[in-house]
Amino acid sequence: MADILLSLENVCQEYGTGSRKFTAVEDVNLQLTDGEFVALLGPAGCGKSTLLRIITGLQKASSGKVLYRNNLLVGVNPHSSIVFQTFALFPWLSVIDNVALVLKVKGVEEPTRSKKAEELVDRVGLDGFETAYPRELSGGMRQKVGFARAMAVEPELLCLDEPFSALDVLSAESLRGELLELWTEGKIPTKSILMVSHNIEEAVFFADRIVVMDKDPGRIIANHVINLPHPRQRKSPEFQKNVDQVYALLAGQTRSEREEYGSAPGEPGITRRLPGVDIGDLAGLLEHLEELDSEKHDIYLLEEELGVESNDILLLTEAAELFGFASIAKGDIEITPLGTTFAEASILARKEIFASRVRRLPLVKWLLRMLQNSEDKRLKREVIFTALGLEFPPDEAEKQIMTLIKWGRYAELLSYNDETEMIVLETSKETIN
Amino acid sequence: MANDLRIFHISPNKNKAFTWGDILALLLIVALLYIGVRIAFNAPAEITGPEISLSPGSLPWYAVLSVGRMTAAYLLSMIFTLLYGRTAAYNHRAEQILMPLLDVLQSVPILSFLPVVLLSFSAILPEKIAVELASIVLIFTSQAWNLTFAWYQSLTTIPQELKEASSIFRLNTWIKFKRLELPFSMISLVWNSMMSWAGGWFFLMAAEIFTVGSKDFRLPGLGAYLSKAASQSNYTAIALGIGTLILTVVILDQLIWRPLLAWADRFKVEMIENDNPPGSWFYDLIKNSFLTRWLSRRLFYPVAEWIDRKSLQRFPIVEKSTDNNRSQKLIGAILIGIFGIAILYFVYQTTEMLISLPPGQWRSVGLGVLATFLRVSVALIIALLWTIPLGVAIGMNQKLASVLQPIVQVTASVPATALFPVIILLVINLPGGLNLAAIILMLMGTQWYLLFNIIAGASAIPQDLKYTARLLQLSRWQRWRTLILPGIFPYLITGAITASGGAWNASIVAEYQHLGGRTLEVNGIGALIADATASGDYPLLLAATLAMIITVILVNRLLWRRLYALAEEKYRMEV
Repeated sequence: MADILLSLENVCQEYGTGSRKFTAVEDVNLQLTDGEFVALLGPAGCGKSTLLRIITGLQKASSGKVLYRNNLLVGVNPHSSIVFQTFALFPWLSVIDNVALVLKVKGVEEPTRSKKAEELVDRVGLDGFETAYPRELSGGMRQKVGFARAMAVEPELLCLDEPFSALDVLSAESLRGELLELWTEGKIPTKSILMVSHNIEEAVFFADRIVVMDKDPGRIIANHVINLPHPRQRKSPEFQKNVDQVYALLAGQTRSEREEYGSAPGEPGITRRLPGVDIGDLAGLLEHLEELDSEKHDIYLLEEELGVESNDILLLTEAAELFGFASIAKGDIEITPLGTTFAEASILARKEIFASRVRRLPLVKWLLRMLQNSEDKRLKREVIFTALGLEFPPDEAEKQIMTLIKWGRYAELLSYNDETEMIVLETSKETIN
Repeated sequence: MANDLRIFHISPNKNKAFTWGDILALLLIVALLYIGVRIAFNAPAEITGPEISLSPGSLPWYAVLSVGRMTAAYLLSMIFTLLYGRTAAYNHRAEQILMPLLDVLQSVPILSFLPVVLLSFSAILPEKIAVELASIVLIFTSQAWNLTFAWYQSLTTIPQELKEASSIFRLNTWIKFKRLELPFSMISLVWNSMMSWAGGWFFLMAAEIFTVGSKDFRLPGLGAYLSKAASQSNYTAIALGIGTLILTVVILDQLIWRPLLAWADRFKVEMIENDNPPGSWFYDLIKNSFLTRWLSRRLFYPVAEWIDRKSLQRFPIVEKSTDNNRSQKLIGAILIGIFGIAILYFVYQTTEMLISLPPGQWRSVGLGVLATFLRVSVALIIALLWTIPLGVAIGMNQKLASVLQPIVQVTASVPATALFPVIILLVINLPGGLNLAAIILMLMGTQWYLLFNIIAGASAIPQDLKYTARLLQLSRWQRWRTLILPGIFPYLITGAITASGGAWNASIVAEYQHLGGRTLEVNGIGALIADATASGDYPLLLAATLAMIITVILVNRLLWRRLYALAEEKYRMEV
C-alpha cells in the first residue's frame, strides 16, 4: 500500500460564537496517499474551499488534527502549493518575475533562478511571453502562469482551487489536457494532487477518487473511486456511468415534505437554505423535462442538453424538487403532474402556481408572518438579516434574503424598495396559509 | 481626478456621532496638550528670530531651507504611516484605538497646536533647533493622517487570494512588504503624498512667519522672506518671493510628482489596459536614459538583491504555534493599564489647571470661539458664492476648462499663508481693517478646496443627463435645481469639510498680526491663542486650544459628517 501523505482526523471548522455559531466543516476524516489525484466535489457552501485552506495550513481548524507524513501540521505546509481560482498573480510583475519571485523566496540564487523560471514558463507553453504582464494575457494564459508558479516550489502536494472555473470553455478544456499530461507522464515531482471542483465531469475526468461533500453542515458524504485508465473518454459508457453515479450522490432523494422543507428560523430543527434559482431558469428546466418522451431522466444528461454547469443543474433540480415540480431518485429526475401543469401554464397562471407553492416553505411563511405582524406591514431588510443571522453565516443570510426577495416579487407576495431597503407585504395577498 | 480629491475619510460609524474610541482619542489629545503646556512653563519669555535678508541672491537658499523642512517632515510622515497603518491593519485590537484616534487627529485644526509645540520645544531645546523641529512636527501633523488612512485602506483591501498566495509561497515580511503591500498601495500613496505635500506648504509658511509679542519664532525660509518684505512694503521683494515660491512648487511638480505618477501607473491592479495613462516628459526622459539603466543594473538591482537575500536568511518564515499568546496578552494588558492610568492622571491635571482659570477668561474663550465661528462661516459662504458658478462653468465646459484649469492650479499652488503678510499690507487701511483681512485670509485658505471639488463634480455629471436636461428644455433655475446642484453635492460637501478645516486653521495666523512693530488683533479664538502665547498665560493657552479643538470636532461630527452621509447615500452618481 502506498504511503499516506496527508490525513485529516475529525477536523471541524466553526465560525462565530454563542448563538451565532456556524459549522462550516463538520468532523471530516480524509486521507491522501502518494500518487493519488483526489477531487473534492460538492455544492456551493459545503466548505470544500475551507477544507483546502485547512489542508494547506492557511487556516487553522477549530478542532481536529491535520497530519502531514505523520507529523502534526503547524502553520502553512511548506510542501504544498496552490493554484488559485482567480490566479492570484502579482499584476505588477511580469510572467517570469511572478515565477522567479517564488524561486527567490525558496533560496534559489541567480543565475540558476532565471534559468529555472524560464524552464517553468516554457513547460507550460508560455515561451515568448516571459516579459508580458498578467493584464496582457488571456485568462487561460494567466492560469498557466499560476501553474508554473505553483510547480516552481516543487510541491509534494499540489492543491487546485477550482482552477478552471474562471476560464472560458475552450481554454479550460485545453488547460485540463495539459495538466493531465504533466501529471500522468510524471513530468512534475508532485506526489499527490487535490482538486476542489464543483464540476462533476471535470472531477470524473481527472480523479482517482472523488470525495463528495454536502452542505448544512459541510461534511463528506461519500468516497467515489474511479478505476478508469487515462486519458478518459467523456463519451464512453463507463465515464458516463461514473458521472451518473456522482450525480446520484449529490442530487439526493426526494424525501417526505417535512424533511424536505426543514423548519422556520427560531424553531427547532435545521432551517433549510433556499436554492436561489431564477424562476425563469426553473421553468426552462421543466419545459425541457416535459418535452422528453421518457418519464425518468438521467440528471447528468441535462448538463449537456441544457448547456448548464453541474452545480447549476443541481440547484435547479433541488428547487424543482422543493416546489414539488419534480421528484428525484438515484440520479434520475421525473416531472410531476404539477410540474407539467406549471410548464404548460401562461405567465400569470405560473405566478399563481408558484405563489401557492412558495407559501408552503417554512422560511417564506415565517417572513410573511413577520411582515404581517409588523407596523405598516413592512420591515427593514436589516431586521430580516439579523434574524436570519441566527441561522446562517452572514454571507449566506445575505443570499437567502436575495432569494426571498426574488421569489417573493415573482409570486407577488411582497415588494422591495432598494433605496429605502424596505420589504413590504403586498396587501392584496395578505392571507397566510 | 474626481476621486483623488476626496481625501476625507469618514469612518463607517457614521450613524453615531461619538464612539468609545473617539472619546479615548480625545482624552489622549488632551493629555498630550497638557504635557506640552506643562513643559512650556519653562519656555524663555523672549525669543529672538533670525535675520532675514531681502537680497534676491539669498532666495535660492531660502527655497532650499523650506523644501528641506518639507522633505524631513514628509520622510517622518512616511515612516509613521508605514508603521501605524500596518499595526492598525494587522492587529485587530490596536485597530480599535488607532483608527478613531486618526479620525479625530485629522479633524483637529493643526495650527492650534503650533504655539504649544513651539513653546514646549523651546523650553527644552536650544532656540534654533526647537523652532526647526517644531515646524517639522507641525508639517508632519498636516501630512501624516491622510497618508496613513490611504496605506491602511490599501492594506485592508488587498485581495484575499493575493494574501493567501504570499502565505503559501512563504514570502517573509520584507518581501511581502516590497512585492505585495507597497505595490498594491503605491498609486494611492503617490496621490496622497501630492496632497500632503500641497497641504504641508500651508503649514510650513505659517510656521516660518509665526511671531507673537516678544517671541519671534520665525525661521529662515521663503515664508519669513515674504513676511519681512511685506513689513517693509518692499514690492519688488514680494514679487520675487512669490515668484520663487511658485517656481519651487512647479519644479517639484514637474520633476518629482508627475514622474512618480507616471511610474506608479504600473501598479494598478485592474486587469485592463489604461487608454489614457498619466504621462510625464521628465519620466520619459529619464526612463530610458543610459545613466538610469546603468544605475539600476550596477547599483539598485544588486543592492535590492542583497537586501532580499539577507532578509530571507535572517528572517525566514517561522511556523509558530500559538501557545505563547498568554504571556503576550498579559504584558499587553499591563502596558495598556499603565497607559490608561497615565492618561487619566494627565486629564485630571488638565481639569485642575482649567478650573483655576478665572470666569472672565472663560467668557472670552466662549466669545472668541463664537466670533471665529462666525468669521469662518462668512468666509465659507463667500467662497461658496463665487466657487459654485465658476467651478460649474469650468467643469461643464471643456474649452473653458482647458484655458482656466492651469491658471487655477498655479494660483492655488501658492500656499495661502505665504500671502498673509502681503494681504494684510493691502487691506489693513480699508474700512473693516483686520476684520476684513482676517476673513480674506480665511477665504484664501478655503476657496481652492471648494473650487477643485466643484470642478470635479461638475465634470463628473454624465453627458447623457446634460443632453436630457437640454431636451426637456429646463429653465436655467430648473436645470440647476434638478441636475447641477444634486450632481455636485457630494463634491461640494467634501470640499466644504476640507475648507472649513482650512479656515479654522487660518484663524490662528489671521486674527493676530504684527505689522511694522504694531500688534493688530480682532476678537477671536485664534487671537486669544496667540495672545496667551505672547503673554505666557499657559492655562489660558490650554483652555483656548482645547475649546477650539472641541468646537471643530463637534462641528465636524454634528454637521459635516451628517451632510456627508446624506451626500453618499442620496446623491451619489454611480457610473
